[in-house]
Amino acid sequence: MGEKFMKMFASPFSRVGLVAAGVVLGTATMHAPASYAAGEAPPIPSQSWSFSGPFGLFDRGQLQRGYKVYKEVCAVCHGLRLLHYRNLGEPGGPEFSEAEVKAIAAEVEVLDGPNEDGEMFDRPGRPSDRFVSPFPNKEAARAANNGAYPPDLSLMAKARVGGPDYLYALLTGYKPEPDGMEMSEGMSYNEYFPGHQIAMAPPLFDEGVEYTDGTPPTIDNYARDVSAFMMWAAEPKLEERHRVGLRFMIYLVILAGLLYLAKRRVWSKLKHA
Amino acid sequence: MAHASSYKPNSAIAKWMDDRLPVMRMMHDQFNDFPTPRNLNYLWTFGGILTFCLAVQMLSGIVLAMHYIPQESMAFDSVEHIMRDVNWGWLLRYMHFNGASLFFFAVYIHIARGMYYGSYKAPREVLWIIGVLIFLVMMATAFMGYSLVWGQMSFWAVTVITNLFSSLDAIIPGLGTTIVEWIWGGFSVGGPTLTRLFSLHYLLPFVIAGLVILHIWALHVPGSNNPTGIEIKTKSDAISFNPYYTIKDGFAMSMFVILFAALVFYAPNFLGHPDNYIEADPLVTPPHIVPEWYFLPYYAILRAIPDKLMGVIAMFGSIIVLFFLPWLDTSKVRSARYRPIFKWFLLLFFVNTVFLGYLGAQEAAGVYLTLGRISTAYYFLFLLVILPVLGWIEKPTAMPGSITDDVLGKKPVDMAGRKPVPAE
Repeated sequence: MGEKFMKMFASPFSRVGLVAAGVVLGTATMHAPASYAAGEAPPIPSQSWSFSGPFGLFDRGQLQRGYKVYKEVCAVCHGLRLLHYRNLGEPGGPEFSEAEVKAIAAEVEVLDGPNEDGEMFDRPGRPSDRFVSPFPNKEAARAANNGAYPPDLSLMAKARVGGPDYLYALLTGYKPEPDGMEMSEGMSYNEYFPGHQIAMAPPLFDEGVEYTDGTPPTIDNYARDVSAFMMWAAEPKLEERHRVGLRFMIYLVILAGLLYLAKRRVWSKLKHA
Repeated sequence: MAHASSYKPNSAIAKWMDDRLPVMRMMHDQFNDFPTPRNLNYLWTFGGILTFCLAVQMLSGIVLAMHYIPQESMAFDSVEHIMRDVNWGWLLRYMHFNGASLFFFAVYIHIARGMYYGSYKAPREVLWIIGVLIFLVMMATAFMGYSLVWGQMSFWAVTVITNLFSSLDAIIPGLGTTIVEWIWGGFSVGGPTLTRLFSLHYLLPFVIAGLVILHIWALHVPGSNNPTGIEIKTKSDAISFNPYYTIKDGFAMSMFVILFAALVFYAPNFLGHPDNYIEADPLVTPPHIVPEWYFLPYYAILRAIPDKLMGVIAMFGSIIVLFFLPWLDTSKVRSARYRPIFKWFLLLFFVNTVFLGYLGAQEAAGVYLTLGRISTAYYFLFLLVILPVLGWIEKPTAMPGSITDDVLGKKPVDMAGRKPVPAE
């Protein structure tokens, strides 16, 4: 069987073809880091995440802690406009209980209306509402932030090279600026931010957010948890994808094996050298 | 291939139908009892794989279009709506997105196979030309589809590519600008551009499907080429398409689907650009605009030429020249197996094209620019000079007498010292 298998790649072209294919697929991603090398940021260290790899799943507790960090720290400036409050209770996410989701949603004021009198009115949020962004528009966000626009975070974990690794590196990458570096007013030095000058002041401090599950309240844990939460926010169907993928792969491998045996049987009727 | 029909209607209804519209007879004669060379290797399975790719793209695309909104301020969010709220939407969207990449991966292998084994030579010139047409329409479709996401890279890719037409201003001042504004439906890429790209993105796959039917028709007149490039001479050279190649294609397709599924389920954004998860913003230009990987070689050619108009001509020319391949290649021998010099120049051509793709992803400056120019020069040198000249000076090696001889390992006919003869 092994020999037969090799035979199908026997011609020199097929071998080169395979190598070429590999190179094409390889280079396709190779360009990405190069394209982002605005400013010589050091390479982003990769972290181990519960959700990486083909069988990876989110850590429920980590997502819940990450949500808390988002809500108490990030949400002051950053929106999450593509999410609904109901998502927080859906399978594959932080999986807050129905009551918790309702309570979380009820904390915000949502503009609704018009009512019978034609008036717009505020009401408490419901799970079916979208996350309310901290600023009504880009201009208001800039005005409140020294001219810098705090981007919406819904897709942030997929919109940067390195994804959650980058977010973690950025959140823990604040350092005093090197000697001789001129910083613009209001900017902070960050090792991993392209150009190293970031408008966001260091957002995380040890014991800044209260953890109730015994996880040490450190910058490192906050950064890790909120990065994982961001990954879920950007890819809420990740767990479903991994689960369905596994079943699909098992099915496919069995199918391919059967087809290979069938092929051998059919072709065995023919005379070969 | 014209052959006596072996179809026998086995019911009164089938007989009735056969007298009126012999579609079952056609299917039987073309896809069941169709004489096919017995020595096709796995590279010949990519035709079937490509048909599968087209079907996947069309079916997933039709459903995606039910949820997608081709409107400037809603397009990006509607894609995310599909990813988050539509049942199985994430699967459909990742299939469609990665399916495009795998479609191109397969088509490049398919084209390379045709070049290596001389499948474009008489009597298969029309088959080849239709193939190049399909490739062109595929590229247009993929480009338009990519724009629909309306992310940063989508938006700026559309801006860059449509702006290529403004190079025509160098011929008649104002002509290029007029065409570009006509394409945009305004003075910049915007809402009207998006709606027309959507409309055409939905239309063109059906054009491809029509061309595929012609492609298969043109294939079935002379029949398949094979690794020896020698035509079927006797009955023992051929086997029936079904079951031999249906099962072989089926197995190859299942392997291809495994690769497809690995991407979709485990690395769905591996081939994408992170910038496309940022909504299009006409006021912010990404630092480095790059097309999808499958367009990178042509992008490298475009940027290798210092003059804008000439760059555009070279880029389009690099594909247009393929139409003339059957006549640029003057050798009477089809398969590179028996062409000792051509084989290596062709393999270098393939490596060079992949290398162009690598260069297309780099900044067009310094050493990359120089390398890009050398690579571009070889691309055209091979097709326009080396190919015709080789046909005259190259001495083919010994060829087997027939497909059967080759399969059964009979000693090849020694052709040393003889004039090259047509492969038939």
